Amino acid sequence: MYEIVEKRELAPGIKRFDVFAPLVARRARAGQFVILRVNERGERIPLTIVAADAKKGTVTIIFREVGKTTKKLGSLREGDCILDFVGPLGVPASIKKYGCVACVGGGVGVAAVYPRARALKAVGNYVISIIGARSKELLILEREMWEVSDELYVTTDDGSKGRRGLVSDVLRDLLEAAAAGRRRKIDFVTAAGPVAMMKAVAEVTRPYGIKTVVSLNPIMVDGTGMCGSCRVTVGGETKFACVHGPEFDAHLVDFDELLSRNARYLEEERLALELLERAAGNGGA
Amino acid sequence: MQAEAEEGVRATKYPMPEQDPKERIKNFEEVALGYDEETAVKEAKRCLQCKRPGCVQGCPVGVDIPAFIRAIQERDFDRGIEVIREKNSLPAVCGRVCPHETQCESLCWLSVGCSRYMRPEARRKLEEHLKRHGVVRVKREPVAIGRLERFLADYELRKRAGAVGTLRTTGGQGGGRGKRRGAPSGVEVAELLCERGKEQRVAVVGSGPAGLSCAYELVRLGYDVVIFEALHEAGGVLTYGIPEFRLPKHVVKAEIERLKELGVKIVTNVVVGRTITVEELLRGFGAVFIGTGAGLPRFMGVPGENLNGIYSANEFLTRINLMKAYRFPEYDTPIRVGRRVAVVGGGNVALDCARCALRLGAEESIIVYRRTEREMPARAEEIKRAREEGVRFEFLATPVRYIGENGWVRRMECVRMRLGEPDASGRRRPIPIEGSEFLIDVDTVVVAIGQRPNAPSVRGLAVTKRGTIVVDEEGKTSVRGVFAGGDVTTGAATVISAMSAGKRAALAIHKYLRDQRWLADKA
Repeated sequence: MYEIVEKRELAPGIKRFDVFAPLVARRARAGQFVILRVNERGERIPLTIVAADAKKGTVTIIFREVGKTTKKLGSLREGDCILDFVGPLGVPASIKKYGCVACVGGGVGVAAVYPRARALKAVGNYVISIIGARSKELLILEREMWEVSDELYVTTDDGSKGRRGLVSDVLRDLLEAAAAGRRRKIDFVTAAGPVAMMKAVAEVTRPYGIKTVVSLNPIMVDGTGMCGSCRVTVGGETKFACVHGPEFDAHLVDFDELLSRNARYLEEERLALELLERAAGNGGA
Repeated sequence: MQAEAEEGVRATKYPMPEQDPKERIKNFEEVALGYDEETAVKEAKRCLQCKRPGCVQGCPVGVDIPAFIRAIQERDFDRGIEVIREKNSLPAVCGRVCPHETQCESLCWLSVGCSRYMRPEARRKLEEHLKRHGVVRVKREPVAIGRLERFLADYELRKRAGAVGTLRTTGGQGGGRGKRRGAPSGVEVAELLCERGKEQRVAVVGSGPAGLSCAYELVRLGYDVVIFEALHEAGGVLTYGIPEFRLPKHVVKAEIERLKELGVKIVTNVVVGRTITVEELLRGFGAVFIGTGAGLPRFMGVPGENLNGIYSANEFLTRINLMKAYRFPEYDTPIRVGRRVAVVGGGNVALDCARCALRLGAEESIIVYRRTEREMPARAEEIKRAREEGVRFEFLATPVRYIGENGWVRRMECVRMRLGEPDASGRRRPIPIEGSEFLIDVDTVVVAIGQRPNAPSVRGLAVTKRGTIVVDEEGKTSVRGVFAGGDVTTGAATVISAMSAGKRAALAIHKYLRDQRWLADKA
């Protein structure tokens, strides 16, 4: 049992938990994730480790309530326990001094980009961060990203904050400006967010040959390499995101396959959510 | 007894009561229902109580089979289970999933009769003996040792269930508010969990058959044993791999509970190599046993294998067994099984998948195997049951390509095989026949062509090209204090061989910790 030591709502439907899991906190590094299970009948889902405090023994996770599991998770309160919480899993992010790096996050993916930005900053990179959301209310970790960035750009789909448009638009402009010699060249790009966004980022950097990595979010079960549910094609080879990733070379990832594989259980997810909401409705009546 | 023997010994095993195939494919409940007391006693009386029994030689853990069968003959079931427990920590499991027909039962003199294992004189004696007991030469089956083992184990489980009440679970590496004290190191973990000093503590990595049996021996030898399990539930392949209808999870839980009562501690949600390293464990424990099994799925690498609807056997079975996806939406983990399911492979795992598919509503479940039934590594009994349930077999075929529609697999292109010369495994090698491609319509495919070993990375640990950990005959690895056994050293094999390796390693660990000597030849 893993206690929720602190709970905060970052945006409507986006929550942040500090979970007491000392053994995970102790070894967690940027880019790794945990697998958790809310209760006895729950499924196992992966979530990025946003931060870890080895002294306090806590691990920070951020999630958006999209389906039954994340809704159940979100309904837990401070002092409640998560039944299972295992990690740190996956290969840590490639953190080294590249020079000038761009950290691009979309939606709740900002939570996956933040630890990378922080680690990249800590080793002396010049960090340009580009974060985006559908609208102003859904933008998360802006202050935290400021703290670890030299430049921060914000986009929203509806223009309610920052630039109206996509994070990849900003990145394109920056790369074009750099190519024209109007600003510093970007040496490395790391991105996390919806599959379409990561694909767009990969396409933006591809012509420039800039090393770009993405943190993938496929469906997992055990998260330790045993099932292959999370298999992705990278450079023509099948990789397991849980043990070979979750970070991969963006220019080699088959994003269309990932998109298709992530839609495998849409119907079941919809049904589970519907039943949950119906039950909640009955409970309230 | 003498009187009954004179009535003549039944030539065949008393049949195992089973759920009707038509009914059982609609549920996940156990297929084989187990002998009742009377049947068990009658079956036990088929045993000739040989002076030099073959069966014991066929048992990887050396259970005194004639002794426990004799106890059944005498209706002393408590003594019977004691005899088994002396050598075997998981009788309720082994009674169900051991390949008895190729082990103990294959050496039962009752069925073997004229065996190449026997001296001519002994052979003659046996034949006389059999004749005296009225056993017909033809169609003579061995004593149903496995069923009798299960009978005793179930007897014990029932008895304990009555006496013990509800099960407790130790689990989780977390700890409540009271225990909060920051992140403990490997040594602190050991100190938190053990009462005795380092030389009396052993860490076991993995709670499958190898780990459980190693822990059982060690705890009986007086050690503090802590098992670290990566998943949220203990049991390894017994829990995530073998389906409920062949090995009910309450049976696995009860066996594990017994181990806990003996003092074994099980910590779930710890991935050794990630959450804590073997090197760290060595600082807190006198020895480490690695029994992490062979749980990494193998794919064939043919085009289209990542299409939706194609599972590894491990994913398919883990969703069903560990996550209870067959009870979705009551349980949250989904599984999707279409009308036509093809399972690629010929082992027990493949059969389990094909039979699960039927229970999940598949109209057709087809085993696609590149050799013939003769070469199938699956247990004969399970092949028979699968066939009764309506599983179809497509022998001498292997997939070469998957064809999809909107991201989902729709057809599987196979090539016909023929059998050539025997290969390293002694089975005839399948050879593709050129131009023999044909299509099978499928909605779901399960790739069950074997698993790769799952060794945690440890500095200096010698591993073979196949990924198995190199060990000596005692289970010692190349790293001092680290032992290994089971599928992680052999590649995917049986529950009982893993148990046997775990047990062997436990004795070697005992010797090592007592003498503090790693290499036998050095003082």
